[in-house]
Amino acid sequence: MSEKNVKRRDFLFTATYAVGAVGAAAVVWPMIDQMNPDASVKALASTEVDISSMNPGKTITVLWRGKPVFIRRRTQEEIAEAKAVKLEDLKHPEKDEDRAKNPEWLVMLGVCTHLGCVPLDQKGDYNGWFCPCHGSHYDTSGRIRKGPAPTNMEIPEYKFVNTNTIKIG
Amino acid sequence: MSDHEYTPKSKFGKWFNDRLPLLTLASHLTDYPTPKNLNYWWTFGGILTFCLITQIVTGLVLAMHYIAHADMAFDSVEHIMRNVNYGWLIRYIHANGASMFFLAVYIHIFRSLFYGSYKSPREIIWIIGIIIYLLMMAAAFLGYVLPWGQMSFWGATVITNLFSAIPLVGEGIVTWLWGGYSVDNPTLTRFFTLHYLIPFLILGLVVLHIWALHVPGNNNPVGIDIKKPSKDTVPFHPYIVIKDGFALLMFMIVFAFFVFYTPNILGHADNYIEANPLVTPAHIVPEWYLLPFYAILRSVPDKLLGVVAMLSAILILAALPWLDTSKIRSAVFRPLYRQFYWILVADVLILGYVGAMPAEGLYLLVARVATAYYFLHFLVVLPILGYKEKTLPVPLSITEPVLGGSPNLALAKNKENFKD
Repeated sequence: MSEKNVKRRDFLFTATYAVGAVGAAAVVWPMIDQMNPDASVKALASTEVDISSMNPGKTITVLWRGKPVFIRRRTQEEIAEAKAVKLEDLKHPEKDEDRAKNPEWLVMLGVCTHLGCVPLDQKGDYNGWFCPCHGSHYDTSGRIRKGPAPTNMEIPEYKFVNTNTIKIG
Repeated sequence: MSDHEYTPKSKFGKWFNDRLPLLTLASHLTDYPTPKNLNYWWTFGGILTFCLITQIVTGLVLAMHYIAHADMAFDSVEHIMRNVNYGWLIRYIHANGASMFFLAVYIHIFRSLFYGSYKSPREIIWIIGIIIYLLMMAAAFLGYVLPWGQMSFWGATVITNLFSAIPLVGEGIVTWLWGGYSVDNPTLTRFFTLHYLIPFLILGLVVLHIWALHVPGNNNPVGIDIKKPSKDTVPFHPYIVIKDGFALLMFMIVFAFFVFYTPNILGHADNYIEANPLVTPAHIVPEWYLLPFYAILRSVPDKLLGVVAMLSAILILAALPWLDTSKIRSAVFRPLYRQFYWILVADVLILGYVGAMPAEGLYLLVARVATAYYFLHFLVVLPILGYKEKTLPVPLSITEPVLGGSPNLALAKNKENFKD
């Protein structure tokens, strides 16, 4: 066999492997992607909540995308407590103003950022929330203060449609 | 099997065996030379095979009545318990069978640790065993989710969230596992599918596990290499078959006790409450057989490192044949290792206990010390011990210690009345 032939054959082998790999990936991807959220799950992206009957100091929990969302109408003391915290004392520094644009209303995902349990209201060392699963304490702004959770409870996208209605998502 | 010549007696048998040597395989399994000093700790391989078959058969039957849908799963389990003929029995066997399976596998693993069965030339048997153990844990977790009770739902939430600890891609992986933004119907249907698949993967690995075992043959309580077949071995059938059978009967008494007298003692009352995504049970704990690893997870205050520690605690076992530097297999001849072995047993039991307790105060401190010791045992004690330990003299054959130190074969014949 001449040297020219060998090179030609090498090229054909490499090209065959490359096309084969692309083909295999093209078949494998749909098999993997089918497990991602489907169209019907994505369609349930927003929820409207009536908050007209809520007095200060009351929390309601609503289901959004299968997850609980806490809506709390905070008391003046709680707001003051949240604002008084120094940023350097926080594990995940965030200002209370950035978390609750209307300071009276705190809207956040009721999901502990450690392993996804639902924290309990008005419990723990910081008068906010306490996760019973692995002992994370959150303050009145839902910020992590003590325990294994790495970050503050997440704030979802939401807006006030009017004074009595919040739209989440 | 190359050491084994076999010719079927019948003409048809010979014709068949020439085309597919199944009879040669059967004959190999029957005559398989086994060390004659195997004790009852060696009967758990057979017991585990029984457990696997039990889970597959009862699981198959349960799947005929169970409905994998978030709205119907919980009710379908109650339907099995109340309406299906003998449904209560089949479900209780399956649920308690999982615990019995783990009980047997822990004894099997700790037997291996005591007698050094993981050492050369049996590393591959050991590693296949670790993979089977991992798959067992996956199957048990997935199966526990299917009744769709509170513990099912929140157990699934916590365990899948472990993947969110992976930097960058973690959140994406969790969403992918869930098929949504929380544990929900898509999660349940895929968990059911995988729960059905894994036992058959285990079955395949069990075949490889036994195949790999039949190459060097069984380890034994003395832990020495033996000639096969020889005065030191007996054929698998009938000697080991009858011993395994007796042990299996004893095991089934314990099994039946749980099924018929305390079928719910190993479960959690919370799982008889239907899954509710808005309320987490006050105290989430996994099933007893996962508690030591759960304790390790919780003893580390950092999320990612906790997950890493928990996985390492299992995967470190795969490296054990190389971490243990001692040439002597059996702990019988390793006076120091024997003590560290029992400390490890106690350590794992303590981890299991604190794993069931709240992660605070003294429990947390104990969990941290026990976690540190667990890794210390494998990473420091075992490698050093192999060099430092003064081992006891090892006999030349299995027969030798029985004869009071004499390797004399004539005496062996006299004393033990061999039938050749």
